Amino acid sequence: MSESHVIAAIVEHKPGVLYRVANMFRRRDFNIESISVGPTEAPDLARMTITVRGGEAQVEQAIKQLQKLIDVVKVSTLPPKETVARELALVKVHTADARARSDIVNYVDIFRGRVVDVAPDSMTTEITGTSDKIEAFIELMRGFGVREVARTGMAALSRGTRSMRVEE
Amino acid sequence: MLGSQALLEALRREKVEVIFGIPGGATIPIYDVFDETCPRHILTRHEQCAGHMADGYARASGKVGVCMATSGPGATNLVTAVTNAYMDSSPVVAITGQVPRAMIGKDAFQEADIVGIMTPVTKYTYQPRRAADIPRAVKEAFYIAATGRPGPVLVDIPKDVQMETASMDFPSNVELRGYRPTYDPHPLQVKKAADILSQAERPMILSGGGVMISDATNELLALAELLSAPVATTLMGKGSIPENHPLWLGGAGMHGAREANSIIVEADALLAVGTRFSDRTTGRLDEFCPDAKIIHVDIDSAEIRKNAKVDIPIVADAKRTLEAIRSELLKRAEKKENPAWLRRVEDLRRQVAAETKNNDSAVNPRNIISKLRAILPEDAVVTTEVGQNQMWAYLHFRVLKPRTYITSGGLGTMGFGFPAALGAKVAKPTVPVVDIAGDGSFIMTEQDLATSVTENIPVTVVVLNNGLLGMVAQWQRMGIGGARSKRYSAVKLGNVPDFAKLAEAYGAKGARVETLDGFVEAAKRAVKSDVTTVIDVPISPEENVFPLVPAGGALRDMMWE
Repeated sequence: MSESHVIAAIVEHKPGVLYRVANMFRRRDFNIESISVGPTEAPDLARMTITVRGGEAQVEQAIKQLQKLIDVVKVSTLPPKETVARELALVKVHTADARARSDIVNYVDIFRGRVVDVAPDSMTTEITGTSDKIEAFIELMRGFGVREVARTGMAALSRGTRSMRVEE
Repeated sequence: MLGSQALLEALRREKVEVIFGIPGGATIPIYDVFDETCPRHILTRHEQCAGHMADGYARASGKVGVCMATSGPGATNLVTAVTNAYMDSSPVVAITGQVPRAMIGKDAFQEADIVGIMTPVTKYTYQPRRAADIPRAVKEAFYIAATGRPGPVLVDIPKDVQMETASMDFPSNVELRGYRPTYDPHPLQVKKAADILSQAERPMILSGGGVMISDATNELLALAELLSAPVATTLMGKGSIPENHPLWLGGAGMHGAREANSIIVEADALLAVGTRFSDRTTGRLDEFCPDAKIIHVDIDSAEIRKNAKVDIPIVADAKRTLEAIRSELLKRAEKKENPAWLRRVEDLRRQVAAETKNNDSAVNPRNIISKLRAILPEDAVVTTEVGQNQMWAYLHFRVLKPRTYITSGGLGTMGFGFPAALGAKVAKPTVPVVDIAGDGSFIMTEQDLATSVTENIPVTVVVLNNGLLGMVAQWQRMGIGGARSKRYSAVKLGNVPDFAKLAEAYGAKGARVETLDGFVEAAKRAVKSDVTTVIDVPISPEENVFPLVPAGGALRDMMWE
């Protein structure tokens, strides 16, 4: 059974770490669906949120292989029910006429997004939410003509007080 | 202090006695500060050999082996050797020169992205960008290489960093928050393992290379004796139990002993220690040991359930775990006899002996290897090349001491045995070192006969010469492994060179022998010689390695003739 799993990794914030992680996934034949990387509350640590598709055994292997990397300080899986996950997407949509423009603005409101740029025949919108929500929005925009999409990949944290903070 | 001086000082602080390498443009500043004092530098003739020598040195001694090469082709020539060390968990530190910082990424002369290339085949890589970073990089490289599951580490130093002056701080300890190997076994897992082993009627142990690395051979034997459990080894584990002990079954796997492969299939409890359940050991996994509860001890948690499904995983050091299980059993006053099981082992042994046909006077690999054992002291080191020679040695050479059988297990690198023998001889200069070779493998690294002569590292090479790439030829003859047409394709080596003359051309000694007596005489002389000797022994090109479990087959599909 193959499904998406979200893995969070706290890693050393230094050059080459993304290469090591991405290369390990490639070498072990695991598929990364999305990966997002950014600094954490500690300046020398970065957080990677990695979405992988695979069966339980494969994901267990991926986590162990991640833990084995020397620059990876902490790894945990984030089960959907105990996780707050968000992704941001910028979607540039063709606006054929005024009608299209106002329809798009309505949809953006419904999805609690924002219009961040307007040109004579296109509009760039910003949507934040779960991956499902973003996919639903992009699907709706296809009717107008999607010109370009940029997605950040998922960022995720555990609900409640649980954290992956690294104690010094 | 210069970066190059800091490197030398850091190596001395790690008590490095020897470095195997070849200088080049990007390491000239390092060689500039070397002098006649420790560490000794051994000039090899190919960087791959420098890497294998460091590996052989590490395996024979248990210490970290060090090799060095220049940037670009020097560094890429190390890749095979470093990968070999990675696959067999051998502690090697590879030092490479790199083009100056300002040239990195510009496709400069002799620039190779060796950090990028080596990342998947090393435990870790360093590229100090300031001379002041060199002491810590070296300290951590040695620590990572030697601890946990050992493996190679790369230190790639740009040329201008070698020449930069900085005030140096040599750290005395290492603290890596992302690297903390688990050495102590979990007590609950130990109890569960003891439960399974004490309830088993047909327990056995599969001993891998981790037992040797962890120096756990005494603990292994003590537990095996307490449990009356026969012991099979993997290729990497060969030598972890003396191969004249009544509980020793032989090697397991594709070319394993009949006794080992049969008993594994029949066992009801398997204690697998320091092994990664490689496909060459297990054959088809679902039929590997179908009736057994499996306890898997490994210091690398990623090995647990990577290949085999196991009942009791224990992530810990082999020595501590074997000792913990034994203490737990002793606490329960458990001493097992398993008379029916041991009788079964004895019956099988007798049956195999009765069914094995061997002409004791033939000049065949089995007899040559047995004669070699007879003339060598117990602590002599044997290395092998890869292919038929390696599997004949696996089957027929009786290893009596740990770390005296050195072979390329995981990567299967032809050409490994000879440079590994040189490295082992440097580690253990007082014992004879013999490379059991084939003609196809030996020719891949024979140029380092020059190193053995100029650096005074006398070893013996026994070339089992069939004029063929023998293992491929065997599969082609037998029509297995994809060889449907049952004919030779690109395996005939043409019986060149004359290996005895080749040896003499290098200033080494050569002998060609056609009889067993001739072999014994030549081998006795060779192991006492103060110069390397190549003994060329022509064998039948039709000689096969048996037993054989066809690739993808189960152990019970083993063919033995």
